[in-house]
Amino acid sequence: MSGEKESATIVVFSGDLDRALAVFNIATAAAAMGMEVNLFFTFWGLNIITKEKAKGAKEHPLQKMMGMINKGGAKHANLSRMNMMGAGTMAMKKLMQDFRMPPLEDMIKMAKELGVHFIACTTTMALMGVEEEDLIPEVDEYVGAATYVEKAAGSTINLFI
Amino acid sequence: MKVDETLDCVGLYCPVPIVKTSKQIKELKDGEVLEVIADDKGIKSDMPAWCSKTGNEFLGIEEEDGEYHAFVRKKET
Repeated sequence: MSGEKESATIVVFSGDLDRALAVFNIATAAAAMGMEVNLFFTFWGLNIITKEKAKGAKEHPLQKMMGMINKGGAKHANLSRMNMMGAGTMAMKKLMQDFRMPPLEDMIKMAKELGVHFIACTTTMALMGVEEEDLIPEVDEYVGAATYVEKAAGSTINLFI
Repeated sequence: MKVDETLDCVGLYCPVPIVKTSKQIKELKDGEVLEVIADDKGIKSDMPAWCSKTGNEFLGIEEEDGEYHAFVRKKET
């Protein structure tokens, strides 16, 4: 048996709060079990790893427009269902707090502490006018699909959330 | 059972008990026993799974008043 660690790769496509929590629940569990965990943030998933006050050089007018509606930052992630203009999300956050479940921001820190890799998709960054400085410090790599495919090909757990 | 360290995870839900266990086990010497107390039922299957993946020895789980006491022996590192 080779000395190489078993690995898990998760494509984080969704920017929804509930989906993001699922990502981090699995990621931290896998990391706590000694696996190498790679999280690939692409498309809406990029919002999870964007700083709240992201500037970004939004050149394209459509980028500017999207930037106004598409608020970045884990804090602004909403439920994928029952968001009810934010009321549902607020209720869910309160419920989690009452059950002492860590909020998404804390799960992100926990994951980093356990050595989970935060990897950003460069194409999505370009499309949405997001720069490296706009992403949280936890992000360690900026890659394309080929890198994802290589990592995924070597992983025993592969998820698209 | 002789316990060397106890980790109280009552009121905490998956994956937090497992994450805390993986951190706490580092503080133990090889061969020492860690007791993890949790009330999230998931621990019944999570702890054996965690042990199986990390190579630490699963010594069993006892249930007492809705609380689960899981015992783990740290492997030789």
